[in-house]
Amino acid sequence: MSAKLDRLIRQLKQSFGDRIGEPVLAFGQVTIVVPAGNYVDVVRQLRDDPALRFEQLMDLGGIDYSEFTGYQGKRYAAVSQLLSITHNWRLTVKVFAEDDEFPVVASVMDVWNSANWYEREAFDLFGIHFEGHVDLRRILTDYGFVGHPFRKDFPLSGYVEMRYDPEQKRVIYQPVTIEPREVTPRIVREEGYGKGDGRG
Amino acid sequence: MAVADIKNYTINFGPQHPAAHGVLRLVLELDGEVIVRADPHIGLLHRGTEKLAESRTWLQTLPFLDRLDYTSMIPSEHAYCLAVERLLGVAVPIRAQYIRVMIDEMTRILNHLLSIGTHALDIGAMTMVLYTFREREDIFDVLEALTGIRMHGAYYRPGGVYRDLPDQMPKYKENKFKNAQTVKELNEARSGSLLDFLEDFTNRFPVYQSEYHTLLTDNRIWKQRTVGIGVISPERALQKGFSGPMLRGSGIEWDLRKKQPYEVYDRMDFDIPVGVNGDCYDRYLVRMEEMLQANRIIKQCIEWLRKNPGPVITDDHKVAPPSREKMKGSMEELIHHFKLFSEGMHVPAGEAYAAIEHPKGEMAVWAVSDGANKPYRIRLHTAGIPHLAGVDELVRGHMLADATAVIGTIDLVLGDVDR
Repeated sequence: MSAKLDRLIRQLKQSFGDRIGEPVLAFGQVTIVVPAGNYVDVVRQLRDDPALRFEQLMDLGGIDYSEFTGYQGKRYAAVSQLLSITHNWRLTVKVFAEDDEFPVVASVMDVWNSANWYEREAFDLFGIHFEGHVDLRRILTDYGFVGHPFRKDFPLSGYVEMRYDPEQKRVIYQPVTIEPREVTPRIVREEGYGKGDGRG
Repeated sequence: MAVADIKNYTINFGPQHPAAHGVLRLVLELDGEVIVRADPHIGLLHRGTEKLAESRTWLQTLPFLDRLDYTSMIPSEHAYCLAVERLLGVAVPIRAQYIRVMIDEMTRILNHLLSIGTHALDIGAMTMVLYTFREREDIFDVLEALTGIRMHGAYYRPGGVYRDLPDQMPKYKENKFKNAQTVKELNEARSGSLLDFLEDFTNRFPVYQSEYHTLLTDNRIWKQRTVGIGVISPERALQKGFSGPMLRGSGIEWDLRKKQPYEVYDRMDFDIPVGVNGDCYDRYLVRMEEMLQANRIIKQCIEWLRKNPGPVITDDHKVAPPSREKMKGSMEELIHHFKLFSEGMHVPAGEAYAAIEHPKGEMAVWAVSDGANKPYRIRLHTAGIPHLAGVDELVRGHMLADATAVIGTIDLVLGDVDR
């Protein structure tokens, strides 16, 4: 498997040169970071180049890196998982949105039609705008929902809750009444913690 | 005489409709009885699993995965465990790998039985679902004996599976509805271990499968409702991101179990069925044959598991808890146990995308860790999303009644689509 992935990395370097970031091989998969400007050209070539031939976009999802430990860089990224049936290999393509306040990334809907719903979902949940998408509506959240729930600054319990009001005889929205709580705190340990130098 | 002004007509299919397989709202634009456009509105079952995972430890996240596709529960955990194991770099004992393969294939039968049964039910063949639910009951019995619960097992763990296969099956007891004779007959297959019961099932299953063939395969009404309906070409199926039986039905021989084998699938002897025309009928035939192939794999697993006892979970106690016996006798193991269940395991920083051949298609988990005891982000890719997104293309130009046939053929489960 590893020899095959080395071949994929060589091919990526040969096809794209410095139009993409350095391909990284980690945990058995190859990841490339593509600058937002080259994104559509690169993915189109990824699909059409016979030596690469990624026919399928299996998945595309947003990510918000704002609270990632030790991370400094652009906040939002759209991450696609490509699959080539011809060559039987996979590739992860990451593109960062230039602006943290108003993240915009080009749409790849014309390249792979399956991107349609994935991009709608990333827009809905992370507020990443996909330029060139023909139907960028919310998809998973409620009709009339405000905000982008998967952003790290959006609380887990949300802002509003819904209940039936017997006086008004209809369903109303009101501010959430539940207190947020954290049972197990989030902990990042230092390097080599608990690996046992005899002292715990 | 003035020509009547005829406009397209828009109707709501669902969100509460028995053939919508859950809470799917399908806005259909009709020209007479012909569908011009279909716009699925999803999210009515959105539970925010991916966001919830960020606030739970790596182990607490695992049971959420069962609730995604609630008709084939345990394989979803499989993708999650593979992703976490890849980040952790732990090895899974070989016996656990065989158990996982066996459970996955059992679930494939479980899923396809429901899929075919309800598909037939939706388009008018009531009997089918009664037969398929009979067999599902046997598989649920196995899952119950194994995990203690019929559906949401939470059985896999990063590093192995929760426990070894039980030596005995629960038995029926006499009551006012079942007399001694009935109970004796029912308990006959349950007298041995779980493997004995499952083997008995695998021996019976090909007969059941041929019964379904008798009911449906040459049934004229079934063929009228499915042949030539919802046709998708292989090129379009690839463009649309289809996987699993939806892709194989169009004639593309692609199965992750063969092409990118995980666990012990490379040691298994089985075939991949493919369709020719890419219509509902071909996909039905693919699923029927997949059940038989799954049955073959289960048999091979049973044979191996009988001969090879061994551990079923890794002995890396930073990932999996030590046994109770060890925990009570050793200070270090006690600390391991306490840390594991209070703070949870720490997964090294990194990103891993692990995909499996779920009964519905490619199911994958993209796990991102920053080294904490909780996931930084879990992205769940389920097979249902691209398939439902493709419904618009599949139903265009068909009659209204065919929308039901298409929803049945994509094997839709809204828990899977909405997450």
